[in-house]
Amino acid sequence: MISLPPLAYADLQPLLPELFLLAMAGIILLLDTALSPANRYVSYLLTLATLAGCTWLTLPHLGAAPATALYGMFIEDPLAAVSKLVLYIAVAATLTYARDYLKERNLYRGEFFVLALFALLGMMVMISAYHFLMLYLGLELMSLSLYALVALQRDSAAASEAAMKYFVLGAIASGMLLYGMSMIYGVTGTLYLGQMRSVLQMGAFPSLPLVFGLVFLVAGMAFKLGVVPFHMWVPDVYEGAPTAVTLFLGSAPKLAALVFVLRVLVWGLEPLFIDWQQMLIVLAILSMAIGNITAIAQTNLKRMLAYSTIAHMGFMLLGVLAADRVGYGAALFYAIAYLIMSLAAFGMILLLSRAGFESDRLEDFKGLNARSPWLAFLMLLTMFSMAGIPPTVGFYAKLAVLEAVVNQGYVWIAVAAVMFSLIGAFYYLRVVKLMYFDAPEQSSEISAGADVRLVLSVNGLALLLLGILPAPLMNLCLYALKASL
Amino acid sequence: MADLGLAWEAAWPAVRTLLYILLILVPLVLSVAYLTYAERKIIGYMQVRLGPNRVGYKGLLQPIADVVKLLMKEIIIPSGASRGLFILGPVLSIAPALAAWAVIPFAPGWVLSNSDAGLLYVLAITSMGVYGVVIAGWASNSKYAFLGALRSAAQIVSYEIAMGFALVGVLMAAQSLNLSHIVEGQTGGFWHWYVWPLFPLFLVYLIAGVAETNRAPFDVAEGESEIVAGFHVEYSGMAFAMFFLAEYANMILISALTTLMFLGGWLSPLPFLPDGLLWWLLKVAFVLFLFLWFRATFPRYRYDQIMRLGWKVFIPVTLVWIVLVGLVMQTRYAYLVH
Amino acid sequence: MNFQAALFYFFAAILLGAGLRVIIARNPVHAALYLVLAFFSAASLWMLLEAEFLAIVLVLVYVGAVMVLFLFVVMMLDIDPDRLRQNVWRYLPVALPVALLIAVEMVLILGARYFAAAPAPAPLPAGYSNTKALGEVLYTQYVYAFEVAAVILLAAIVAAIALTMRRRKDSKYIDPARQVRVHKEDRLRVLKMKVSRYGEEMHDHDAPHGGADAASSSGER
Repeated sequence: MISLPPLAYADLQPLLPELFLLAMAGIILLLDTALSPANRYVSYLLTLATLAGCTWLTLPHLGAAPATALYGMFIEDPLAAVSKLVLYIAVAATLTYARDYLKERNLYRGEFFVLALFALLGMMVMISAYHFLMLYLGLELMSLSLYALVALQRDSAAASEAAMKYFVLGAIASGMLLYGMSMIYGVTGTLYLGQMRSVLQMGAFPSLPLVFGLVFLVAGMAFKLGVVPFHMWVPDVYEGAPTAVTLFLGSAPKLAALVFVLRVLVWGLEPLFIDWQQMLIVLAILSMAIGNITAIAQTNLKRMLAYSTIAHMGFMLLGVLAADRVGYGAALFYAIAYLIMSLAAFGMILLLSRAGFESDRLEDFKGLNARSPWLAFLMLLTMFSMAGIPPTVGFYAKLAVLEAVVNQGYVWIAVAAVMFSLIGAFYYLRVVKLMYFDAPEQSSEISAGADVRLVLSVNGLALLLLGILPAPLMNLCLYALKASL
Repeated sequence: MADLGLAWEAAWPAVRTLLYILLILVPLVLSVAYLTYAERKIIGYMQVRLGPNRVGYKGLLQPIADVVKLLMKEIIIPSGASRGLFILGPVLSIAPALAAWAVIPFAPGWVLSNSDAGLLYVLAITSMGVYGVVIAGWASNSKYAFLGALRSAAQIVSYEIAMGFALVGVLMAAQSLNLSHIVEGQTGGFWHWYVWPLFPLFLVYLIAGVAETNRAPFDVAEGESEIVAGFHVEYSGMAFAMFFLAEYANMILISALTTLMFLGGWLSPLPFLPDGLLWWLLKVAFVLFLFLWFRATFPRYRYDQIMRLGWKVFIPVTLVWIVLVGLVMQTRYAYLVH
Repeated sequence: MNFQAALFYFFAAILLGAGLRVIIARNPVHAALYLVLAFFSAASLWMLLEAEFLAIVLVLVYVGAVMVLFLFVVMMLDIDPDRLRQNVWRYLPVALPVALLIAVEMVLILGARYFAAAPAPAPLPAGYSNTKALGEVLYTQYVYAFEVAAVILLAAIVAAIALTMRRRKDSKYIDPARQVRVHKEDRLRVLKMKVSRYGEEMHDHDAPHGGADAASSSGER
């Protein structure tokens, strides 16, 4: 029996953002019970303040060397810092876009903010996990909060059904992950990612049970990422959930899931990359194919964006399967770029919706140019970026990923990816066509607060700006990977 | 002969344990019988009645007559009942009530199993008692019985939490889960008993104990004026007697535990008096008297009031007190709690 | 085979049997009760491994609380086992081959080749307390995981309340806190009455017995 030293305050230092977030979530939870509905904005502002505080606490970690804490369960490195900072911004933007939508649907409650913060905390735990147990617990914390958020609109049968599907499939995915983790633990004898990597590097392990565990791990992660053939829940959940929640679960968790994949496959199991590369190739190609082709048939914008997510996740995996620093950096860049795009796209749906009107069908966007040229332009940028048309950030993200794949000699994969992107461009451009060349069916005034318009404008223009000047973000991503690994 | 001696040697521990078990159970069952008599007498006097006074001298043979009556009666199994579970219900009710006695010490060294996890064991075993009630209520295939089972399940789960937290306080004070050690920690006169530093926990434990045994004023599971007799409405004869036995055995058990954990067990209240079983019996009898007194005094709680009391009063009280005890233990006043 | 091994096989057999019955029992209540039995057998197995704390806590938490609530819910559901069974037959032709395939693969891969029986651990020193060891790692090595698990529970509580709490306007809710605060004077009026002998003043018979008048006994004043 090894006696470990008791927990010291210094051990908690790297955890400050997490602790602050947890404390604030508790405070908001308690405070909100005392607030009248008219004063609900206090919870909203406190939530934004929490995110600002977390940003302030996380910034110093950006330049720090990787360090583990809490008996090696927690890792703080530039990758974690970068991801967390992006997540704070994404959650803040989500809450801003969602505010009016929630108010109109009687969802503007303290629980929404608290659950969103808990989900964020789960993502942060995942991102900073250096132990299989923490990866799993973080994932569960995030998923549990997301299930509840999807179901929060109790009177909506669609939302309840979506939550049920999400929950059941999510539970199966968790089971698979745990099963895979236990197999790998059985062979390597450790759950610490760092130890696992060094143990595997020494080699001489029977590969069959390792690969067997890996299959379950990758399947579980594919479930969570929503890539083919584990994608069935994505369209239903995206469509059924209240749009504000769709925005939340379509943005931040994607980046967290990518870091999860990187921590497992690279930090822990990189010596097995030959095996997982094969699996990821299948997942990526299938996702791009089925995601892009099925999206064409959709008439609901949320559903279309769900299939587009599947395709984008497949594209992002290309960077991971390149299995080198540049590839991972490109995948990280892709995830961040996708996050900005999906924020803009769902933000636009939220902005155009009103009480009793969801604005989530394609027809609802007909003639948007006539009603508001500026919003139509922002949506145009978003769609161009999703399709990967220069000079938007989507183009550069795709380019970086393809470059990484080609560098590894997988030219055929790159060719296939480009083909599927071309197919995908069709349905993105259809939205543009509807906005600019069709007569409007709606003529009502677009009501949205100035702050929402401002944030959405910044968001849309960021797509353009990062497309023209991608170097700083790209360098940041590459730095994060190189300094962390 | 030698073989027989060896076999005897091997079998002796088992035989001895069996004898001990009998030594505990027979007095226990007799106590249950006379507890019912005491209950009727005491409540009778409280209500200015005489109570049973026909069978034997001052009605002293009344419990025996009741037992004979119940033994002679037929056990009726309702036609729509789930047969196996219907029989299993009373068994599951009585078994935990008796099994928990394995770790109860009566005097120094007078204990069947001196387990280091005794307190946890008692808690785990008593938490099983609810199955008897729930299964009986469900298997009877009767609405009244079912309602009683539901009420009982909700009530017992709610109060178990408060009860468990109250025990955490004792555990902190005694630094042990062994019941004998807990008693020894209270040596040195009645002012060393845990009832003083843990007074709120003592109250919570006692009241939760009343609720846990489904006794008035927490007897909504039976509620004879609303749901006839609750979970055991369909039972008769010995099957009914089992529930009866279990309820009273549990009462004695809770009293014994209260005595051990808060009232110093077999220790005498004043240091110069000798310790011994007698003190233990006196204290148990006193707590049992409280049980009867409650029943004679309080009207039955309503279901939502019970839930409120359990969740919104007892659990917060115990939590606050546990934190308080923990804080005091970190200061130089730690001697106050142990 | 010594006594301990015999006990192990005994409990393991019950555990497996009960686990099987959980899935094949026709009645959901029976299935839940078999699950209780399975938990109990698992606790006994832990007890054999000298993990008495875990064993007792398993009984205390799962058998004593979680499964009671489970039963509580299952008993109130009106589940028709035969209707559920129809779907089983419909999907069985697909499910069975897949399940068999996975089982065969698992047996092939995970056969004794890789997971040979581990050597028996060294006997524990006298005075070794499993509970203490558990407490030590729980508050050092695994403190982070322990705390995050607690946060998950908190999130679950918030989620459960957010999803189920709904104030109905038409429910006749009585605030127990107000009821508890009621005083005797609010409900009860003691009348002073002149003592009178039977037959002197007949109209006194109309007064309530004992001279007390119980006011309304409804919950609200």
